Amino acid sequence: MSCDEKVDCGRRRLLFASATAGGVATVAAAVPFLSSLAPSERAKSAGAPVEADISKLAPGEMMIVQWRGKPVWILHRTKEMLANLGNHDNELVDPNSERAQSGFQPPPSMKPATRSIKPEIMVVVGICTHLGCSPGEKFQTGAASGIAADWPGGFLCPCHGSTFDLAGRVFKNKPAPSNLPVPPHVYLSDSEILIGENTKGA
Amino acid sequence: MKKLLFFLLLVPLLAFAAEGELHLDKAPDVSGDNAALQRGARIFVNYCLSCHSASGMRYNRLHDIGLTDKEIKKNLLFTTDKVGDLMRVSMQHADAKVWFGTAPPDLTVIARARSGELGSGADWLYTYLRGFYRDASRPTGWNNVVFPNVAMPHVLWQLQGEQIMGPDGKLKLVKSGTMTPQEYDAMVADLVGYLKYMGEPVAGFRKKLGVGVLIALALLFGLTYALKREFWKDIH
Amino acid sequence: MAGSSYEKFKSDGTLAGNLLEWVDARFPATSMWKAHLSEYYAPKNFNFWYFFGSLALLVLVMQIVTGIFLVMHYKPDAELNASGVPIAFASIEYIMRDVPWGWLIRYMHSTGASAFFIVVYLHMFRGLLYGSYRKPRELIWIFGVLIYLCLMAEAFAGYLLPWGQMSYWGAQVILNLFGAIPVVGNDLATWIRGDYVIGDATLNRMFSFHVIAIPLALLGLVVAHLLALHEVGSNNPDGIEIKKKKDERGIPLDGIPFHPYYTVKDIVGVVVFLMAFSVVVFFVPEGGGYFLESNNFIPANPMVTPPHIAPVWYFTPFYSILRANTINFFWIDAKLWGVIFMGLGVMLFFFLPWLDRSPVKSIRYRGPLYKGALAIFVVAFGTLGYLGIQPPTPSRTMVSQVCAILYFAFFFLMPIYTKLDKCRPEPDRVTFK
Repeated sequence: MSCDEKVDCGRRRLLFASATAGGVATVAAAVPFLSSLAPSERAKSAGAPVEADISKLAPGEMMIVQWRGKPVWILHRTKEMLANLGNHDNELVDPNSERAQSGFQPPPSMKPATRSIKPEIMVVVGICTHLGCSPGEKFQTGAASGIAADWPGGFLCPCHGSTFDLAGRVFKNKPAPSNLPVPPHVYLSDSEILIGENTKGA
Repeated sequence: MKKLLFFLLLVPLLAFAAEGELHLDKAPDVSGDNAALQRGARIFVNYCLSCHSASGMRYNRLHDIGLTDKEIKKNLLFTTDKVGDLMRVSMQHADAKVWFGTAPPDLTVIARARSGELGSGADWLYTYLRGFYRDASRPTGWNNVVFPNVAMPHVLWQLQGEQIMGPDGKLKLVKSGTMTPQEYDAMVADLVGYLKYMGEPVAGFRKKLGVGVLIALALLFGLTYALKREFWKDIH
Repeated sequence: MAGSSYEKFKSDGTLAGNLLEWVDARFPATSMWKAHLSEYYAPKNFNFWYFFGSLALLVLVMQIVTGIFLVMHYKPDAELNASGVPIAFASIEYIMRDVPWGWLIRYMHSTGASAFFIVVYLHMFRGLLYGSYRKPRELIWIFGVLIYLCLMAEAFAGYLLPWGQMSYWGAQVILNLFGAIPVVGNDLATWIRGDYVIGDATLNRMFSFHVIAIPLALLGLVVAHLLALHEVGSNNPDGIEIKKKKDERGIPLDGIPFHPYYTVKDIVGVVVFLMAFSVVVFFVPEGGGYFLESNNFIPANPMVTPPHIAPVWYFTPFYSILRANTINFFWIDAKLWGVIFMGLGVMLFFFLPWLDRSPVKSIRYRGPLYKGALAIFVVAFGTLGYLGIQPPTPSRTMVSQVCAILYFAFFFLMPIYTKLDKCRPEPDRVTFK
């Protein structure tokens, strides 16, 4: 179709220009509505970092802190617990925590052997990576635990039987696919952990 | 017939009968002056937030007026509140009712609630906070020209000093406070400016966006009107 | 029926064409497009007054869209939160501050409510100017008045939701009107409220009405309104029937296809409307205290009545009529007369098609009697509206009584003055004035 009929071409150009402008305006108008579905300030505030005071956490004790509606386990590991961390790598799915976490990142200074910043303090999110139940404590080692003769101590999920060690790493041949996630956290001091951020911030 | 019609059309003018009432002073406009608003925020947190909540306002919204999280935590947060928290108070609503006769209202949108024919909400608050006077007949010992028999005491009395109601119906300062009248007025202006900002924190942005929207619509008008004319050329 | 008389679409071989042919064999897509848009012939002389129908549809869509997003965050709960603020009231401030762009969606909705009434009043006025309610368009008009009634109910229910002082006390006053009905009044008022006083029960049922019940009714009525219109064809500023003069193909000589002519013209109307709308939303969202009343920024308090209760501006003409009734006639007290006359003031609109006895439809060809009557009606209606906002005084009550009488006279005397009026001859073909 050639542009020799001036009226028709002018009309077409005007139509395109108006339609484009109208389209841009419509998209611009849609942005506020779609944005309003994003987390509100209230949701963001509820998801804000939480401080945990571990000054009174004795060796062998575990405390639970809530962050973003999830339980975060802080366990003060004893020397025996630490010793048992390295002796069963072949039974673990991901002993060196090579698999990336989804949703949030662990602290960059986390050491893979203990999955923590300080060797004796474990900080993990206590939700089974299978379908979301919260595993129970099984700190007693060996056959007395009822799990296996060489059980090194850890956690057992009651829903479908997944097991995790005292660094939150998942055992093979269980429904759960990955290790318990380590939340972003940073030590504000020797006795205070800020859970939710990897840097000290403001 | 025409005369009757003319008269009938004029009857409604009778409806415009005004009445004289209280006069409100005009509050100085400090919107956009971040320093003033920050001062106002500080006064608000120090003097008002102990009894009144502002439960719609988050502390970290104060980024709007140029404060950082650190500054907010240092100067405005006194309890275990976090910057993302709302400005709530610990006074129980039911207790307040018993102690004061009526619970101190939440102040989040007080500047919007007080606007009326006599003036804007800011004008009302500006006149109110400078309009307390000594009145022995009241339980608090204070009364107010804008809000007769108010249950609120004059919280800022140490700064302003004491006024009494003169026989001529005008207020007179009889005891000086720590601020001169000019300093006090300026401080109230800052506080009222903050209350106005807190009533609608998005107001500044809203107006700026409005200019952009109107320009965009004007362009759209030009295009669509030309399009209409183009199509309607054929119609007579 | 429109569907059968149009040819089904034949594809030109392209993918889009094939798709359309497939749909058309199963759904009256092309025939609806033709019947209502590309081959709906509207008079070519539509003027400024003819923008408001499409604008009303725009505002309806806008209120529904903004409403959908507001309901995601609003909570209809009259209980007080930990700070002593009703949860419903607090959820509005949550929307204004914590929800990304919530403030804009809220202002669009509150401004849209007032805009809806401005547009609808102007749309109705067009009907009065050009006799759009006359035969054969009486049913369009009836659907329209039903839409107007639904709109008033929708606005009333919606205004309760912010749960401010005006919300609460405005509802208190209006629901007490039902108490004025003899014998059953009090029980009826309790049944409507869901409680002995206005409270959480009332709030939640008004939420249901506002969000789903009345919008569904409105959508149905708007569809009926448009179908009835398209069945007989549009009126025009000259009030003459364009279908009387058709060409050899059966197309009215003075008719032009709605699409593209009026679609392209209505888009300009939409842009201009949006400019005026944006001025309010971005610069004066409170509308001078008329669109968002300052008293409504105080949470509802059943113990304290605000010094000055008035309904929202779009109800004030009828509120004035209600208050103008101050005399007890016979055995019926003034309060009940007020309710009766207020209701009558709205209901009389239904009867316009039969009250108007003029041989011509449009004001352009009517005589001085109708022009004078309409002018008086407009002034009376406006005055009643203004007075409804003011606190009552003896002189204002007198003026509102005079204006109420003039208002009713417009309707009751219409059969007489429209018959007596000296009309001018209508033209054969439409004119552009």
